[in-house]
Amino acid sequence: MSQIFKPSTNTLARVSMFGAIFFLAILAWVLVTLNRSSLATRQGIVLQQPVPFSHDHHVAGLGISCLYCHTTVEESSFAGIPPSATCMNCHKLIWNESPMLEPVRESYRTGRPIEWTRVHDLPDFVYFDHSIHVAKGIGCASCHGRVDQMPLMYQAESLQMEWCLECHRAPEMFIRPRTEIYNMEWVSTDQETEGARLIADYRVQSKLSCSVCHR
Amino acid sequence: MTKFDHPAEVPSTSRRSRIDLASMREHLQDARGPRFWRSLDELAETEEFQELLHREFPEMGVELPGGVSRRRFVQLMSASLALGGLTACTRQPLEKIVPYAQQPESLVPGRPLYFATSMTLGGVASGLLAESHMGRPTKVEGNPEHPASLGATDLFAQASVLSLYDPDRSQVITNLNRIRSWSAFVEDTRRETLASTRLRLLTGTVTSPSVAAIAQQVLSEHPQARWHQYDAVTRENVVAGAEMAFGEVVATRYDFARADVVVALDADFLTTGPGAVRYARDFMSRRRAPVDHPEMNRLYAVESMPTATGTVADHRLPLRPSQLAGFAAALAAEVGLPDAVAPAGADVGGQGEWLRAAARDLQAHRGSSAVVAGDYAPAEVHALAHAINGHLENIGRTVIHTAPLEAMPGDQTASLASLVDDMAAGEVDILVMLQCNPVYDAPVDLDFTTVLRQVGRRIHLGLYRNETSEHCHWHIPAAHYLESWDDARAHDGTISLTQPLIEPLYDGKTVAEVLSVFTEEGSRSAHGLLRSYWQGVLGESGFETRWRKALHDGFIADSALPPTGVTPGTEAAAETTALIAGTDQIPDGVDLAFRPDPTIYDGRFSNNGWLQECPKPLTKLTWDNAALVSPVSRTPRWSR
Repeated sequence: MSQIFKPSTNTLARVSMFGAIFFLAILAWVLVTLNRSSLATRQGIVLQQPVPFSHDHHVAGLGISCLYCHTTVEESSFAGIPPSATCMNCHKLIWNESPMLEPVRESYRTGRPIEWTRVHDLPDFVYFDHSIHVAKGIGCASCHGRVDQMPLMYQAESLQMEWCLECHRAPEMFIRPRTEIYNMEWVSTDQETEGARLIADYRVQSKLSCSVCHR
Repeated sequence: MTKFDHPAEVPSTSRRSRIDLASMREHLQDARGPRFWRSLDELAETEEFQELLHREFPEMGVELPGGVSRRRFVQLMSASLALGGLTACTRQPLEKIVPYAQQPESLVPGRPLYFATSMTLGGVASGLLAESHMGRPTKVEGNPEHPASLGATDLFAQASVLSLYDPDRSQVITNLNRIRSWSAFVEDTRRETLASTRLRLLTGTVTSPSVAAIAQQVLSEHPQARWHQYDAVTRENVVAGAEMAFGEVVATRYDFARADVVVALDADFLTTGPGAVRYARDFMSRRRAPVDHPEMNRLYAVESMPTATGTVADHRLPLRPSQLAGFAAALAAEVGLPDAVAPAGADVGGQGEWLRAAARDLQAHRGSSAVVAGDYAPAEVHALAHAINGHLENIGRTVIHTAPLEAMPGDQTASLASLVDDMAAGEVDILVMLQCNPVYDAPVDLDFTTVLRQVGRRIHLGLYRNETSEHCHWHIPAAHYLESWDDARAHDGTISLTQPLIEPLYDGKTVAEVLSVFTEEGSRSAHGLLRSYWQGVLGESGFETRWRKALHDGFIADSALPPTGVTPGTEAAAETTALIAGTDQIPDGVDLAFRPDPTIYDGRFSNNGWLQECPKPLTKLTWDNAALVSPVSRTPRWSR
């Protein structure tokens, strides 16, 4: 009876053993990459909205402050989405016949709200409060990106936990003076020394314990 | 029927180790500092308890229920853990943000708003502050400014928010089990209801002035109509006792903050009945650091069942319900009520010394003591309590009498019985049952269900489709109090307003709204009815301001009923004691006392999981209803 295993089997065995390790490693890499990709996080993806609202035009072009619409950012967990009546403050008079703004006018007429698609959507098991971040010197742009350069709104950051922790572990690298919170263009000249001073000034106690966000 | 007089059917008690006070004392003799136990068995360290403890929490026990090896268990658990993790491998679904079209003033998304409202139980209101998140009530606490609450609530109010969202609530109007609209009901009812209709209204206890007004309007427009009130947990003994003592119906409330000595006659005034929340606050204020009062108050509690009030009493005396009247008469004689007769043989079980001590204490605190009779104590006990309070000059100080809270105080059981008589005689054309469930809670002897079927048209309003709605032509879902406009009196008569926190989830109706269908003007909204009633009472000038303030506060300021200058007749009381003295003070047989459940009340809260789950005071029972028997009585006489 001839031998079952030929000498080439040795090579085949070595290749498949290493191959299995590589295959598993690649599989793991693919999964991790997919999980961090914008397919899972929706980072950088523009979502369909009922009205193509341009932050670029309203903020950079017209110079309207964030607070004009997102009124409750300083006092509540939720920054607030403006009621249709806020839009109509101006659009009663300008662009008041634009077909693009018909959903807003209809909402104002009928009292039926506009249903926006949520762009920044944290999972339901995460607690987040806007007011404390704004009070302790975290600017809008730190998390939401250069909104003033977004003709259509998209999510600038991944909003994943590792991204949150990046700042919670080293807030001095991201903190800014309270006067510059709503300034989209602000860049620090010397973030490290300035940041450390602000951390002390604002008595920032950046929390890392699980139950701060996962209540 | 099982008979319990055959020894063979009674489980043997001889094998059970005896737990007696002597052995307890022995165990506690050397104890220093606080020591806790779960049951008397644990304290006595009986063998049965040790065995139970071992079965429940085995020492060094690593047993797994039959046939599962440890390896298999770990395999299964890790597989299910891994599979559970797979559910995370989904993409987060897209969500909508729906802002307002016109945002209401003072609303901050993400922050709650608070509204003053009130809830009734047995017709009497308690003042509440309801928390609302984006238009949804989520939590109920006491209204700090309301005199019946001062910021606290009872457990029924705490759990009421769960009932609001109960998916088992009745959700549609039905006629003979077919879904109908409100307008169909209104049209159908108005076609059938003439002035000559023999209409009968059946409600629970009503203290609401606006509901009473609309009911009176129905009665005046239908000369043959009658209005009956019935609650299974009725306070008719209180009413009857007041009538015996004063010759008229008066309401009684207490000021425990001013009472140095309190004698409770089967009265659980700290946890049950109208005003209990306020009474607990007032009573306990006298047990804190004595800044204003140099002395702590003292409580003597006579009770037939262990209650929370009995646990805080300085002196507690267990007594059979049938002996309570004798005790009250003896107490009246002891405090020196003129011509009062102490019944012979009342001094059973050594309570004589206890009684004399309480009486001495009462006499030493004339004008600053109170004798409180429980809601379920017989009318004679109430009458004697009034007489003793009058004799001790407590009336106007610690005990305050006012006009009755109820719109129609009286003997509710007799009222229901007369309704049943009319129904049996075929003298009722339409029976409207509003927020009550008589098929479930009417006395069995009345055979309510059978006579109900003889009424031509039966209408029911309720939160649930229940036993009564089963027998009715029309069923209308009721609005929960968090969805209603309403009013009611608190224990001191304060007019408390109920305002809705949310639109009715199932288009429920209030009692007033259903009653309005039977009036000349026809169906009106609860808000319109309430507002127009109070506009009529408070007057046109400055009404808007007063009304808005009342809604904001949750009650109409200074609307508590003023004290009436009544004094109880001492002769009537002396006659009562003589009557009691003529009866047997140690009756044979077993006393049976029915009490409302501490968490489920008369059964209306049986679908509320929070209340079912809440352990009942002292017994710690949950999801259960037991007949409580004293440890002495539980041992049959033949084996004692």
